[in-house]
Amino acid sequence: MELTMLWYLVPSVIMFICGVYGFITRHNLIAILLSLELMLNAADLNFVVFNRFLFPGAMEGMFFTLFSIGIAAAETAIAVAIVVNIYRAIGNTDINEIKKMRF
Amino acid sequence: MDQVGNIILYFVTALVIIVFSVMTVTSRKILRSATYLLFVLLATAVMYFQLGYQFLGAVQIAVYAGGIMVLFVFAILLTHRPNQDEQALTSHKRVLGITCSALGAILLLFALFTMPVCEGTTLCQALTDNNVDMNAIGTALLGTDKFQYLLPFEAVSVLLLACIIGGVVVARKR
Repeated sequence: MELTMLWYLVPSVIMFICGVYGFITRHNLIAILLSLELMLNAADLNFVVFNRFLFPGAMEGMFFTLFSIGIAAAETAIAVAIVVNIYRAIGNTDINEIKKMRF
Repeated sequence: MDQVGNIILYFVTALVIIVFSVMTVTSRKILRSATYLLFVLLATAVMYFQLGYQFLGAVQIAVYAGGIMVLFVFAILLTHRPNQDEQALTSHKRVLGITCSALGAILLLFALFTMPVCEGTTLCQALTDNNVDMNAIGTALLGTDKFQYLLPFEAVSVLLLACIIGGVVVARKR
């Protein structure tokens, strides 16, 4: 048995699909953010796997993932700030309760 | 033929990723959901280590597991009252979610298994003589030639600064 690229892409696909499912079905803002992180992580894993198996001599996929992790951190910080702000304004974080853009 | 250790490690990490991804989006308690996401991220870091990107695995653990997850736990504890009854997290548009994800899974897996580029190199062949050492990463990160990344590096630092200021502005008390 040999570990080819396909073996690494299948868990990534399942991670991404779980992220999509959670993104659609959850109705808590933080749970939606968790699903978003799952999808981002699956994309990062794909970049690294393609780099390793298709272009083993290059480092471009690795750097893309590196910058993607940094940007994910920034995005999460801002999103969490917005969620805390919404909680302060209307008292919970359910997306069905959020109907106005301005409070 | 890859080494047996590699195969066992692969199956353990892949199983952890699959099981805990599903549990992340189906768990009813959000704090548990965050913990399962942490396991997924750690298993991904193990996969990076196995693929030979030690620096990337370390960054994944430090930034994702150390930074982002702590942020999530803080946010969860700030926005949920401790003894509040956990309302059902899912059950909202469940049919739509299952349809979309099943359709996407079928499409992606079909594309994956018919893609000719997937065959070929194995992990052992890809790993030989292609170690990414710290020296090469540092040179590529701080140079301005072709395949060097000083400009994105600085752009990310400015982005992080903007994100700090933005976070303070958005979340401050009025």
